Amino acid sequence: MAGQGPLLAIEDLRTVFRSSAGDLPAVDGVSVSVAPGRTLGIVGESGCGKSVLSLSIMRLVPRPGRITSGSIRFDGRDLLTLSEGEMRGLRGGSIGMIFQEPMTSLNPVHTVGRQIIEAVSAHKDLSASAAKDVAIDALRRVRIPAPEKRFEEYPHQLSGGMRQRVMIAMALSCEPRLLIADEPTTALDVTIQAQILDLLKLLQQETGMSIILITHDLGVVAEMADEVAVMYAGRVVETGPVNAVFGDAQHPYTLGLFGSVPRLDGENQSLLAIEGTVPPPFALPPGCRFNPRCGFASDRCRSEMPLLRPLGPSHQAACWHAPVEAEFG
Amino acid sequence: MLAHIARRLLTAIPVMFGVLLIGFVLLQVVPTDPAVVRAGPLATPDVIDAIRKDLGLDQPLWMQFFLYLGRLLRGDLGVSIINNVPVSQELGATIGPTLELMFASLIWAIPLGILLGTVAAYWRGSIFDRAVMAFAVAGVSVPVFFVGLVLIWFVGFKWQLLPFTGRDGPIWTLAGLKAIALPALTLGGVFVGPVARMTRTAVLDVLGADHVRTARAKGLAERLVVLHHALRNALIPVVTLIGLQIGFLLGGAVVTETIFSWPGVGRLAVGAILSSDMPLAQGTIIVLSLGFIVINLIVDVLYAVLDPRVRAS
Repeated sequence: MAGQGPLLAIEDLRTVFRSSAGDLPAVDGVSVSVAPGRTLGIVGESGCGKSVLSLSIMRLVPRPGRITSGSIRFDGRDLLTLSEGEMRGLRGGSIGMIFQEPMTSLNPVHTVGRQIIEAVSAHKDLSASAAKDVAIDALRRVRIPAPEKRFEEYPHQLSGGMRQRVMIAMALSCEPRLLIADEPTTALDVTIQAQILDLLKLLQQETGMSIILITHDLGVVAEMADEVAVMYAGRVVETGPVNAVFGDAQHPYTLGLFGSVPRLDGENQSLLAIEGTVPPPFALPPGCRFNPRCGFASDRCRSEMPLLRPLGPSHQAACWHAPVEAEFG
Repeated sequence: MLAHIARRLLTAIPVMFGVLLIGFVLLQVVPTDPAVVRAGPLATPDVIDAIRKDLGLDQPLWMQFFLYLGRLLRGDLGVSIINNVPVSQELGATIGPTLELMFASLIWAIPLGILLGTVAAYWRGSIFDRAVMAFAVAGVSVPVFFVGLVLIWFVGFKWQLLPFTGRDGPIWTLAGLKAIALPALTLGGVFVGPVARMTRTAVLDVLGADHVRTARAKGLAERLVVLHHALRNALIPVVTLIGLQIGFLLGGAVVTETIFSWPGVGRLAVGAILSSDMPLAQGTIIVLSLGFIVINLIVDVLYAVLDPRVRAS
C-alpha cells in the first residue's frame, strides 16, 4: 500500500479540558497517520491521552473537553470542519469504534440484534427484514455461532468475549474504512484476548480496513500493528514502523516501557519499573514532560521541550538525547 | 414472571393483616363510642348498651378483631354505623371516582415529569434545568391542600373558570372533565416535581454510561440516543421510585378529595374516621392499602418489562 496517501492524518491536534485552573491539555500537539489497510498502534500508560485522542477522532470528547486546534483529515476531509450531521454520518459508517468494556458498552435493555440494526439503519436505508439480514450477517462474520439465536439475546446472556464480538459486529456492520479499537481486549481473559485479536486481523484482511489500536499492552501492539506511536502526557514521544521502534527504541520512556515487560526467554531479570507516575495535565513539568522520571535528563531537558526528530526511515523520537546509544553507549 | 407475581401476592397477605391490625388498634384510640354515636343524643343508657351488644362492642378487643377478620374472610365488610348501609356498597360507589381522579392526575403528571426531568438532564446546568429543579423543590415542599386552595381561590372562585366542588358525571363527558380538572391539577401538580427530579437524576446517570457513548459512536441521532438509550434505561429506576411515591399520592388523594368534595374513598375515609364509623373506616383502610399493594405489584411487573435482566432471574 506504500505510495498511497494516508486514510487518516491527524496534524498537531490539541484537546483540552476546561477547568477552573484553565485549559488542561489531554492531547497536546499530536500528529499521527494511518494508511489504508494498515494498523497503527497507540501505546501509553493510563492517563497519557490515548483514549481522548480516539474520542477526538470521533468528535465525541465528553464535556468539558473540546478540541482547540489542529486538523483530523479523513479521506481528504477535515473532520473538525464538518457539521454535526455530517460527522454523525461518518460515526459508525466510515469510522467504526469499539471500546474497552464490552460489559458496559452494550445497552443491557435492548437485544443484541436491535442494537446492531440501529447501527445499520442509522446509515443505510433498508427495510426491517433487510436490516435484520445485514445484522445477522455481521454476527456471522465475527464468527458468532448460531447468529440467528444470538440475535434475539440480551447482552447479559453473553460472555465477555461474545459481547466484544457483538461490539465488533456492530462497528463493522456498515463496513467502515477505519476501525478505532480502544483497549479492545483489556477486560478479557488472555485466551479470549488472543481470539479477538486474531479475529480483528482476519477481518482486516477480509475488508481491507485500517485499524487504530489503542492499548497499554506492548505485546498486543507487537502482534497487531504496522506502525506505532508511543504517547506520554498528551504527546507522541516516539513513532515509527513497529520493527524500528521495537527493535531500536530511542526514547527513554519507550525503553522504560520495554524494561517493564516480563519476558519468558533470557536470564532471570528483575523487571524495571519507571519510577513515578504520568504527570496530570494540571502539573506538567517544564521542558520534556518525561524529565522528572528520566535517568538521562539534563538541564536542557528540564527547560526546553524536545520535538519529534527523524532517526531513521519514518522513525522519530522526541528526545534531546536520541539516539541514546550514541550519547550514552 | 407469573411465579414472581404469585410470590408478591403471597407476601401481600401478612402486609394486609398488619394493616388491618394497626387500623383496628388506631380506631380504638379515637375517644368516641360508636354505640353512643349510633344511638344518637337522646338515647337512654339501656338503649346504648343494647346497641353495644348488638355491634359486638361488649366483647374483648382481641375477640372483636378476630370476629371482624372472620367476617372479612367471608366477604362481609360490615354495615356502616352512621348510614346503616353495607360498607361494601359505600366503597363500591366511591372506588370509581377515586380511580378516576388518580388516573386523571397521573396521566399528565408522570409524562410531564419525565419530559421535564429528561430535558433538564440533557441541558444540565442550563437555565431551564435550574427552573425545573426549583419547580421540583417547590412541588415537594408545598402541601397538597395549599395548591388545592390556591387553585380554588383563583381558577374556581375569582376567575370562575372551572367548578371546584364534587363530581359531575364520568370523565369522558365535558361536564365531568371540567369537574375533575382542578382536583386532578392539584393532585398531579404535586407529583410532577418529584417525578421530574427522579428522572433528571436517572437520566444524568445513564447519559454518562458507556453504552450511550457506544450509541453515539455508531452514529445515532441525538433524539434516538436520548430516547432509546438514555431515557429507556433511566425509566427502570424512575418506575421504582414512582412506585415508592404512590403512598404519598394516596395521602394526597385523601386531602384533595376532601377539599374538592370529591366523592371518593379518601373523603369517605375522613368522614368515617371523624364520625367513629369503625366498619366503614376499616373498609376504606382496606381499599387504600389494597390500592397500594396493587400499584406496587404493577410497578414490579413494569420493572420486569423494562429490564430483561430482571425477567431472566
